[in-house]
Amino acid sequence: MAAERSNGRYWWLWGLITLAIVAALAWVLLRDEDKTLFMPGPLSDGHHQLAERCDICHGEAMAGEEVIQENCVECHGEDRVKPFDSHPRSKFRDPRNADRLEKIDALRCVTCHTEHKSEITRKDGVTQPRDLCSHCHADIAEDRPSHQGMAFDTCASAGCHNFHNNRALYTDFLVKHMDDTDTRRDGRVPPRGFHEALEEILTYPRDRYPLQPVAAAAVDMPADLDRSEGMNADGIRHWLQTAHARAGVNCSACHQGGDAQAPWRPRPDPKSCGSCHDQELDRFGKGKHGMRLAAGLPPMTTDRARLPMRSDAAHESLDCNSCHKAHDDDVVKAAVEACEGCHDDRHTRAYRNSSHFRLWQAEVLGSAPPGSGVSCATCHMPRVERDISDWSSRIVVDHNQSANLSPNTKMIRGACLHCHGLGFSIDALADRTLVERNFDGRPGIHVQSIDLARKDQENYLKELKGSPGEKR
Amino acid sequence: MKQNLFTSIVVFGTTVVLGAASTLAVGDVANEKLITPRAMADALHLVMDSDRTIYTRKIVNRLVKKDKVIKASEHFQDDKALALPAQMFRFGSELVAKRADALPDVNFSYSLQSLWPVNRQNAPKTEAEKTGLKYVAENVGKNYYTTEKLGGKSYFTAVYPDIAVAPVCVSCHNDHKDSPRRDFKIGQVMGGVVIRIPVDQ
Repeated sequence: MAAERSNGRYWWLWGLITLAIVAALAWVLLRDEDKTLFMPGPLSDGHHQLAERCDICHGEAMAGEEVIQENCVECHGEDRVKPFDSHPRSKFRDPRNADRLEKIDALRCVTCHTEHKSEITRKDGVTQPRDLCSHCHADIAEDRPSHQGMAFDTCASAGCHNFHNNRALYTDFLVKHMDDTDTRRDGRVPPRGFHEALEEILTYPRDRYPLQPVAAAAVDMPADLDRSEGMNADGIRHWLQTAHARAGVNCSACHQGGDAQAPWRPRPDPKSCGSCHDQELDRFGKGKHGMRLAAGLPPMTTDRARLPMRSDAAHESLDCNSCHKAHDDDVVKAAVEACEGCHDDRHTRAYRNSSHFRLWQAEVLGSAPPGSGVSCATCHMPRVERDISDWSSRIVVDHNQSANLSPNTKMIRGACLHCHGLGFSIDALADRTLVERNFDGRPGIHVQSIDLARKDQENYLKELKGSPGEKR
Repeated sequence: MKQNLFTSIVVFGTTVVLGAASTLAVGDVANEKLITPRAMADALHLVMDSDRTIYTRKIVNRLVKKDKVIKASEHFQDDKALALPAQMFRFGSELVAKRADALPDVNFSYSLQSLWPVNRQNAPKTEAEKTGLKYVAENVGKNYYTTEKLGGKSYFTAVYPDIAVAPVCVSCHNDHKDSPRRDFKIGQVMGGVVIRIPVDQ
């Protein structure tokens, strides 16, 4: 009898504990914003910042795979297909490729980029074995004799192929650039084109803010602002020299959103910047600096970063004003010092010993022409031509600094080729030690891609000289 | 008076009934299976082939050969040039594939293939493609029609000969680095357009 009574007590205890656990889990599930408790495994480097927002990928109430697919494309679609997608969805939707689709479901991003599986996740969130290409291209050596005997786990080696877009590296491009010199003396990055593009932005309130410098007397800061919110005379004098003031963008444009009746906002948010700089804000939101803001989360802070950051910047957060001070649009600081203020890895620390930095110094001091220096932003936020409509494009500073690092050969066209030859760039980016030294020195690695293209080209020219007819 | 009223009611009623019947009849026509898969494939091919011929003659040939104002290039983005007619055709087929995703009733697909493809991925792959491309190359002016089963689904498959209509077709294929054949002549069959329409069986 006594034993039965004590068992009954344990049952009660078990019931209460179970109930408490269920209640706690239900509270997290239904009420708590942070649901990381339910996460089946750690997130990849690309997504870890969004851990509190399961719905960004999974949709509301954990919708199905279709929603996940839509959400992948929502964020990554553009970078996947530009400038062209070598493996578009339509290729695999074609019934003639049904057998290939059975081997590997290329219609869904998660087939190759599974999340929450850190044990099998490689760079760029890839979770497929490296010899993936062999499924469809097993007979590549018949087409490209130079590829005879190559192992399929080397296809995606630096300087060669990448599944979504071989941006710089298709054969004819390699041939076109096979005799490039390593470094061009007259190398320049293109100038930024925002000022010219203003003419094209139809929604720009040019009636209220005509494209002419703001005169000191026309500064429209309310006179009754208290000292903490307003600017003193020195501050205003300094501000009048900035690009915004010189382009006619008066105080109310940012602090009241261009609406004279709107309340004065002491600290305009990134959306306010985006009302003119929409391309920049959009790209910022796609990269690791701005993805939290774009997801409606508090801004990224350095203590959340997986890359080494400076300990004295432990609580720095990231919005537009972190790099671009509100009333001081010094892009020189934004291009180097802002980066160095937080990043503390070997590559960053080595920058000031590099020839890139020496060129940057010369440009900043005025002893070298504009566009000849190489800052952090020159490579990581390159000036690229972007379509702003179907009929016009402009040179935009690509504020998604993550886009050209996966893989880093994506940097070749947007950055390296302004000053360097293709072969030199491919080799330099493949040399990890050289990358750590911030390219101070010469590549110690040689990637064969151009050699192979040269060999194929020579064979082709020989063949053209021969008699016409079938090759094989 | 009564008779007039009766006549009016009869006339009105007849009008209503006939009107409704004719509306229903039109509705039925829209849903009737009047067009065979073969007729649909023939019609689609007529549009595709005409569009590409116009692009080849009135845009590429005129601007490149006659007016000499722009080049046409396989790498048209890098070279700031016109896309090749075959690329224009392929981009169209990719866009159709993308749009047809949302329209299961018209989920057809098409591609340009050849026994001597510049891109190996455009070589015939299924038995129907292999037989069809050989047939249209050997039987001048004839199309090839068949059915096949792919990935568990049945398709009506039509293969139409693709003929070199302009000197640029021949010169480009004969000179291309990756072309397995270099003796094409104008008027010859260079490949085929394969159209697939899903059919219930």
